Amino acid sequence: MKRSGAFPWVMMVLGLLFLYAPIISMMVFSLNNSRLVTVWDAAHSPTLKWYGELLQNDEILDAAWLSIRIAIIASTGAVILGTLTGVALARFGPFRGRTLMVGMTTAPLVMPEVITGLALLLLFITLQQAIGWPHGAGFITITLAHITFCTTYVAVVVQSRLAGFDESLEEAAMDLGARPPTVFLRVTLPLVVPALVSGWLLSFTLSWDDLVITQFVAGPGSSTLPMVIFSKVRLGVSPDVNALATLMVLLVATGIVVSAIWMNWQNRRRERDAQLAAAANL
Amino acid sequence: MALNKHMRGQGVVISVPMIWMILLFLLPFLIVLKLSFSEARLAIPPYAPFLEWVRGLPRPVLHWNNYAFLFTDPLYVASYLYSLKVAAVSTLCCLLLGFPMALTIARARQPWRNVLLMLVVLPFWTSFLLRVYAWIGLLKHNGVINNLLLWLGVIHQPITMLQTDFAVYVGIVYSYLPYMILPLYANLEKHDPLLLEAAADLGARPFKAFLRVTLPQSIPGIIAGSLLVFIPAVGEYVVPSLLGRSDQLMIGRVLSDEFFENRDWPVASAVAILMLVLLVAPIMLFNHFSGREIEAHK
Amino acid sequence: MNDQVCLKIENITKRFDDFTAVDNVSLDVQRGEIFCLLGGSGSGKTTLLRMLAGFEKPTSGRIVLDGVDLADVPPFERPVNMMFQSYALFPHMTVEKNIAFGLEQERLGRDEIHRRVGEILAIVKMGNYAKRKPHQLSGGQRQRIALARSLVKRPRLLLLDEPLGALDRKLREHTQFELLNIQKQMGVTFIVVTHDQEEAMTLSTRMGVMDHGRIVQVGSPSDIYEFPATRFVADFIGSVNLFEGQVQEVSASRLRIRSEELGCVICADREVACTPEAKVWAAVRPEKIDMTRTPPAAVAAGAGPENLCRGVVREIAYMGDASVYLVTLDSGRVVRVTLPNDTRDTESRIARDETVYLSWTTGSPVVLTE
Repeated sequence: MKRSGAFPWVMMVLGLLFLYAPIISMMVFSLNNSRLVTVWDAAHSPTLKWYGELLQNDEILDAAWLSIRIAIIASTGAVILGTLTGVALARFGPFRGRTLMVGMTTAPLVMPEVITGLALLLLFITLQQAIGWPHGAGFITITLAHITFCTTYVAVVVQSRLAGFDESLEEAAMDLGARPPTVFLRVTLPLVVPALVSGWLLSFTLSWDDLVITQFVAGPGSSTLPMVIFSKVRLGVSPDVNALATLMVLLVATGIVVSAIWMNWQNRRRERDAQLAAAANL
Repeated sequence: MALNKHMRGQGVVISVPMIWMILLFLLPFLIVLKLSFSEARLAIPPYAPFLEWVRGLPRPVLHWNNYAFLFTDPLYVASYLYSLKVAAVSTLCCLLLGFPMALTIARARQPWRNVLLMLVVLPFWTSFLLRVYAWIGLLKHNGVINNLLLWLGVIHQPITMLQTDFAVYVGIVYSYLPYMILPLYANLEKHDPLLLEAAADLGARPFKAFLRVTLPQSIPGIIAGSLLVFIPAVGEYVVPSLLGRSDQLMIGRVLSDEFFENRDWPVASAVAILMLVLLVAPIMLFNHFSGREIEAHK
Repeated sequence: MNDQVCLKIENITKRFDDFTAVDNVSLDVQRGEIFCLLGGSGSGKTTLLRMLAGFEKPTSGRIVLDGVDLADVPPFERPVNMMFQSYALFPHMTVEKNIAFGLEQERLGRDEIHRRVGEILAIVKMGNYAKRKPHQLSGGQRQRIALARSLVKRPRLLLLDEPLGALDRKLREHTQFELLNIQKQMGVTFIVVTHDQEEAMTLSTRMGVMDHGRIVQVGSPSDIYEFPATRFVADFIGSVNLFEGQVQEVSASRLRIRSEELGCVICADREVACTPEAKVWAAVRPEKIDMTRTPPAAVAAGAGPENLCRGVVREIAYMGDASVYLVTLDSGRVVRVTLPNDTRDTESRIARDETVYLSWTTGSPVVLTE
């Protein structure tokens, strides 16, 4: 019955080809010497010259630095807010405003970005008129916007991690004499640490990558990396963007593969421990 | 029992994120709503105040002109319809490609299952913008695909693929495929393989068993995945900007142009509100499903 | 055991919205007792236990432990500990840390904590496992750690939620006796919640049977088995034949009940007050019925059929130590009879489709009015 035919496997292979062909071709052409990008200059390739040019492009480097700073602050803020939301949803039972909270954590996940971007920009403008803050658009407005959309992702990750643990763990801690703040710090928080790490990383990539919302809330002076890339590639293919993309893909892929291997190793160790324990049963 | 019954700090835990989301998610939408009823002016900010003072009393001014304008100008109606069509076709393609992939992953043995899952998720972690950009190099007139087909002798003249509907479908399917596969996989993975054995035992051939057992059970996954693709696809901005036609804009681009190029904030707001009205049913449906998921976890 | 009341539950009621989980329960538990709350799912036993731990607030009523009303004491200040059904061991802490957790909350010195953790680990015979994490332990080992963690705080009352529920059958019996040992050694009052009557019977000094949020009977295991107070209790604990009938005659020491469905008169020792013509039920346990191929001599000589009926064996279930027979009487009623297999001679045993006579003594039936 496991044999459901070759068809799904064929689709799987085609699907993976579809997913990876563009990335791989982009990486290959990042080594191409020709400025004509898609014409392979066999005589002078492969070459790393576009990588060299990348390192001298101040516009890109500045934008990357801005993006990194925003991403770090935004994902840290999102982890704090998202953890509170996730804990409230997973552990506080029914409370007033719960439905509103569930709605506000799930709706942003699918909200078209142009709408969110427009709404946030109008908010910042209204605020500035009303209370004189934030003063102009830029770093602060981008960061606030990023915290907002990243929070919902962290909340979902934390909530589902907590849902995997029996609530009796917290009850047991309380039963053993721990007051609620202690319960939170010594039991709930350690349990969700893996979710916090993955939530932070997810937020980082979302913030690092966001174009549409950022374009709305960024002022004229501040350009994040995706904004710079977008303005370059709107005019067509550009070889230094190929090089940049290759670097970013390689960096992320290495990170993901390493963490996957590490997690796999951890799981195996756990399984082995469990088997040993079962074997040692009385 | 809930932790909060004994927790004085629970108010803080709930109210901090709550206030944040109300201020930065709910309130902005109210502002958009308000602005969509205002009149555009050549001023800074470029719209008329919402409240007028009539004999010392504030009176809200509701201008329906912006909405009327959207309906009278065929450009907007066409953009809405085009966006819905693109989103629907892309969602269907995602489903047709994603379902067999999710099924393969769910039925693969470990460690293959983890490897395949990682292969599907990996592009999702890399830049969305760059992944869409990568298609330009493939779809161009003198791009990789045309060169390959010419070299193989399949075609004798390059095909125009960039700046067509086809390119937009490809771009959206490509960017949103993991959103379809992940909920489907999460659903399919929970299916009990014994059910298929039971169906086989009762005389159902594999395809019949798939239609009568697997498919009905996976409907929640199909709905979740389709909504996750469809809703953002309607408002998609990057893909049509890079790969799409210049003679027919999607509504996200219209909104952005209205705001940045024409500086007509009230009309841009009305475009956004109408888009929300179109999407309110799917969004509610999505909230209902994922809200139920959250409740089911408890 | 001294007969000092340790826990007094007075008219406790717990309502969730419009559902009454615990309905006006009153109960006294003696110091040093093992008291079992036995009931099916939804009987309210777990809710009652959670109210004792402080996880649920009673809608009304009082819980008094050693003279102190616990109503407004939060769980982390109650001198009561609980062993959870899932054990609820903290997965990120070692065995040692798990056990020390409760003592750390009392702000004891490090040496004191170390000493007491060592002591309790020795008692549950888990001294070699101090550095392990919960996932490195087997089910039985986790159960002992959970027990140690709740006992190390020396609670005045230990609540156990299905303590043996997660263990497999072989391990259960072993653990049961060990639990009794440890309880005796520590002298802590135990309140055990279980849906398993065998567990309740073997563990408890006294037990309470719960149904629909009420306690229907409290007594020692043998009291409850031999003298059930209601049809529900008789049926819930062990298996029973319930015969409906009407009181025919009440004398000083005997009751005579006419039962249509049995087709004979039941004569029983008089233990309950009842009036002639009242509707009653006679409960007879399957092992208290005698089954023979010929009518017993003493009865055969008597006037009418009393505590005697005839039937045909329809089904036999061989259980090893005993066999269960389903006998269809002349009246059509099916009666369940258990006979011990006290010889290895299978030839002489009653076979299917044989005609048999069922009889019992006046001491066997319990007469129930509700």
